[in-house]
Amino acid sequence: MTEPPLAKTSKTRTTSEPPLRAHPPEVSAAKARRWGAFYFAEQVLRVMKGYGWSIFLYSVGQPAAYLFAMGVGLATLVDTNSATAFGGVSYLAYIAPALLISAAVMTAATEFTFPVMDGFKWRRVYYGPHASPLTPEQIAAGQIIAVTLRFLLQSVIYFVIVAMFGASPSGWGWGSVLVATLAGLSFGLPLMAYAASVKEDKGQFAMVMRFIVMPLFLFSGTFFPLDTLPVLVRWIGWISPIWHGTELGRVLSYGHEEPPVLTIIHIVFLAGLAWFGWVLTKRQFVRRMGQ
Amino acid sequence: MPELHSAEGTSKKPAPAKDARPTKDAGPSTNAVPAPPQYVITAKNLTKTYGDVTAVDGISFSVPVGEAFGLLGPNGAGKSTTMKMIGGVAQRTSGSLTIMGLDPEEHGPEVRAHLGVVPQQDNLDEELRVRDNLLVYGRYFGLPMSYLKPKADELLEFAQLTDKAKSKVDALSGGMKRRLTIARSLINEPRILLLDEPTTGLDPQARHILWDRLFRLKEQGVTLILTTHYMDEAEQLCDRLIVVDKGRIMAEGSPASLIRNYSTREVLELRFGSERNTSVGAELEGIGERLETLPDRVLIYTQDGEAALEEVSARGLRPLTSLVRRSSLEDVFLRLTGRSLID
Repeated sequence: MTEPPLAKTSKTRTTSEPPLRAHPPEVSAAKARRWGAFYFAEQVLRVMKGYGWSIFLYSVGQPAAYLFAMGVGLATLVDTNSATAFGGVSYLAYIAPALLISAAVMTAATEFTFPVMDGFKWRRVYYGPHASPLTPEQIAAGQIIAVTLRFLLQSVIYFVIVAMFGASPSGWGWGSVLVATLAGLSFGLPLMAYAASVKEDKGQFAMVMRFIVMPLFLFSGTFFPLDTLPVLVRWIGWISPIWHGTELGRVLSYGHEEPPVLTIIHIVFLAGLAWFGWVLTKRQFVRRMGQ
Repeated sequence: MPELHSAEGTSKKPAPAKDARPTKDAGPSTNAVPAPPQYVITAKNLTKTYGDVTAVDGISFSVPVGEAFGLLGPNGAGKSTTMKMIGGVAQRTSGSLTIMGLDPEEHGPEVRAHLGVVPQQDNLDEELRVRDNLLVYGRYFGLPMSYLKPKADELLEFAQLTDKAKSKVDALSGGMKRRLTIARSLINEPRILLLDEPTTGLDPQARHILWDRLFRLKEQGVTLILTTHYMDEAEQLCDRLIVVDKGRIMAEGSPASLIRNYSTREVLELRFGSERNTSVGAELEGIGERLETLPDRVLIYTQDGEAALEEVSARGLRPLTSLVRRSSLEDVFLRLTGRSLID
């Protein structure tokens, strides 16, 4: 026997139809235990959909503007005057992976700060799902899944534009999309843990942008090789997810030469920092919601 | 003070015996089907401390299926903390607690899957539209869209919000947001509904609409657990309640039995002006059964308010205003704690 199609609204439901029945609580709990993080990710994605155009324009507009300015302006000047200064590739190819990775890190700085504060403090949206079968860990994980999807979408768009500018000569260049996503998480998850610990907004997130994100962006081998900087400030690059991500992106984008062990260090550093951030975030969410 | 348990309470609905066993008279089905839990909630010596502060101080109570059970007390009495522990979102410091036979700390998702929760502070997603709030919330219970879409419409109708389905939550009034929060809490068809101060901050009309919706749920057999500091709300909605103050249970019973046990049938309220209220006490001595002097009025507890008023006049006292009314839970609270519910 086939079931009658479900009515679109209650107004069209008739009394002859069987009453709506939710599945039993045991089923809810079992499903939530298994898929809870994805259920919350669905919520975050629905909210993001509300400002989808803004995300799309940011994803397209920012790379187009940067690449045009660098590719037509600065790159022409640099390539004319020092053709071999950047490992034999054009200046545009040199900075494209850095811009891609930096964009993901900057998005992380936004998505893992204010929305987290919003969830705990301003509109307290985390406490709705917290009263459902979802656990604090799943709520944190759901937010991360949704933001990871945003990183991927944004990085794919960025990479397509980079490729259109001819700034990713290697066939492995697409791998920098994954590197950008990993770099975003590597920077974002420790920041998320911090944001989850903030009880009062006293401009901490603006400070993070000014005194952490911007220096990392400028001193992570983004526009010039790290070894051209004085030794005293090179450490900024060594601890920077942007530098590790950028160097890895360059390996994939145009076969940047570096010792294989350094490539492994980039991957381990980014993955390790992301994992460390996740552990801290999880702990912070459980602590804050389980009081 | 002695520990209080609902099983011995004086609720409108007689509480089932804990050791009830199927008998021949119980009907054929009881032999085959395991009996459902007698009490949906059982708390014993439930305690919660935050550092040096004891928010909940060893309270014990049980709630049978289908009862409307209230926690009445002033702000800071420990009601919300108790609700959070029942809702499996706050850990107890000591004591035991079971919801549907499960410990919420060990089986959090399983316990919360049984519950609908209306928190004290609305936490609707204001960036989503009204109907989407219901859909998203239903997804947390793993409910499929084929169920959620018609259910959301049904609940919007129940909450009288059908015409606001596509509005942003921001555009709703306080009462509408509260009704939406209640609708949201019903998306999984819970058999237990936790309502933490459901009508605080609402105007009288919005409160009455909410009460009406809650009555309907009660008629459908939903167990309501309600905290409030409004005695009229407790009287209207609760079959049985505990009066809580400073984390302890002060009294327990149905609203009528509490009033009967802790107050008189009527109360005469007299106002002599703020300067005279405190000094007039001696002159009123002997009228009624008990006298309470508050800064703004004097309360005379009596079985016959009109007769008491005549006696006041006979003594030559001329209050600025006088009012004879029936005793309320406010009077019970005043008697038990010496303080007013809403300070």
